[in-house]
Amino acid sequence: MSIILDKVNYVYSEETAYRIQALKDVSLTIEDGQFIGIIGHTGSGKSTLIQHLNGLMKATSGTIYFHGQDIYDEDFDLRELRNRVGLVFQYPEHQLFETTIFDDVCFGPKNQGLTKDEAGLRAFEALRNVGMPEELYYQSPFDLSGGQKRRVAIAGVLAMKPEVLILDEPTAGLDPAGRDEILDLVARMHKERGITVILVSHSMEDVAKYVERIIVMNQGSVMLDGNPKEVFRHYLELEAVGLAAPQVTYLMHELKSKGLMVDTDATTVAEARASLLEALTGIDAGKADFHR
Amino acid sequence: MLRDITLGQYYPANSVIHKLDPRVKLFSTMIYIISLFCFKGIAALLTATVFLIAVIRTSKVPFRFMVKGLKAIVILMIITAAFNLFLTPGEPLVSFWIFTITAEGLKNAILMAIRLTYLILGTSIMTLTTTPNQLTDGLEKSLMPLSKIGVPVHAIAMMMSIALRFIPILIEETDKIMKAQMARGADFVSGNLLQRVKNMIPLLVPLFVSAFRRADDLAMAMEARCYNGGEGRTKMKPLHYERRDRLAYLIVLGYFAIVLVCRTFLPFPM
Repeated sequence: MSIILDKVNYVYSEETAYRIQALKDVSLTIEDGQFIGIIGHTGSGKSTLIQHLNGLMKATSGTIYFHGQDIYDEDFDLRELRNRVGLVFQYPEHQLFETTIFDDVCFGPKNQGLTKDEAGLRAFEALRNVGMPEELYYQSPFDLSGGQKRRVAIAGVLAMKPEVLILDEPTAGLDPAGRDEILDLVARMHKERGITVILVSHSMEDVAKYVERIIVMNQGSVMLDGNPKEVFRHYLELEAVGLAAPQVTYLMHELKSKGLMVDTDATTVAEARASLLEALTGIDAGKADFHR
Repeated sequence: MLRDITLGQYYPANSVIHKLDPRVKLFSTMIYIISLFCFKGIAALLTATVFLIAVIRTSKVPFRFMVKGLKAIVILMIITAAFNLFLTPGEPLVSFWIFTITAEGLKNAILMAIRLTYLILGTSIMTLTTTPNQLTDGLEKSLMPLSKIGVPVHAIAMMMSIALRFIPILIEETDKIMKAQMARGADFVSGNLLQRVKNMIPLLVPLFVSAFRRADDLAMAMEARCYNGGEGRTKMKPLHYERRDRLAYLIVLGYFAIVLVCRTFLPFPM
């Protein structure tokens, strides 16, 4: 029971002509150690939602509990919350400012009150974790490529050792190789450290492969919430709001409608392959002793 | 947080006032301000009031948006009224300690408060119904004659509209950077002055980097579209006076004439 949201509403520019309700009665429970994907297209409220989770935005109405404590309580320490719920924003350019990569990663731990040596140790560990080559540690972060900047930004938050790691569109603007690297890195963090990970994305393909739970946002409310298989069963509803299920889902539904007995719940290519092999040859691919 | 600050406070609505040529609104506002400072007598005051109310009603902007502008000048108004109240020589009405209130002082104070209120209301109608870009366009066209004597009117107008366009972008950027740094434990609100200035570095460096990058990108995009100054450049929405604009000028001039007539022939009781 890590984070609980109870009927959270958020309204932008209230009492002006530009009033927008970004969140409508959002109630969620985020369990410890889950790997969650939040999906929705632009303007669906997903970025607004995650900024509530570490108290950067204050809900217009509703309550958020972190480990049972109301984060809007007057004596609740929001800085402590931000130490424990790490948020990596979409654009690394928004947070890189130091002269060297290493110093930049030290910024978070130093703000936590750690000594220079402790912060340095944390920075080393975080940079190693995100796979930055050591010869780059003392270069300017502004000279890096987009993918590497993002790694540094993630390291900057990882160095604070958060219990919950939230990533806002960590793969936007990256090429397929860079995308896989970042997502694999995040999946590894989740597995090795057992931290809760929340991944915000508008790509179903990205998310389906990694997460155990998907929250679909549409126009400020939670539209669907469940494991990938459950969520993708609603692929027609997803389409209606401008989102798409992974291509595998479509293929499997198409094949089934043509009379092939395949499992339409397959969400990744590997699962689809197994199900197809089984349907075509009668062999249970899970037990079969060949690869391709 | 920072998002709530809006410049120019344009209020979108579908009204005749919104559709008027920005030049009409600029000149009419000027005429209205002049009329406010030369009226005399209760009849002229009534004319100005009726005219103002009529324009506010046609603009379809809720009155509370206009009042917002008034809040900012409450202190100025109190000070002006106080000076007028206590420092105008004339027949004493009340007198206590070193203060003397005269009949003339009272009259001046009330009149000044009314004038300032009307001035703010009148100009806020212009800013509420015209987007900053329309205003710049209107200014550019009105000032065009000055380019004959070497004033770079087009360049000034272009700089103004780019600056205006970039204010909300940079505010949003500042907001995002602040949040990104706050997520890493940065603190922008506590500490002594020196500490706070130092705390701004994580905000200012990314902001400047991004502002320069954006400026470069914009210059490149403008050049890619063959921008080379105002010479021979046409507008997507050229400003044309239409029937309603001419009518608006007539109404404003008519109003001004009435005020002048009232001033000459019915100058009392003020």
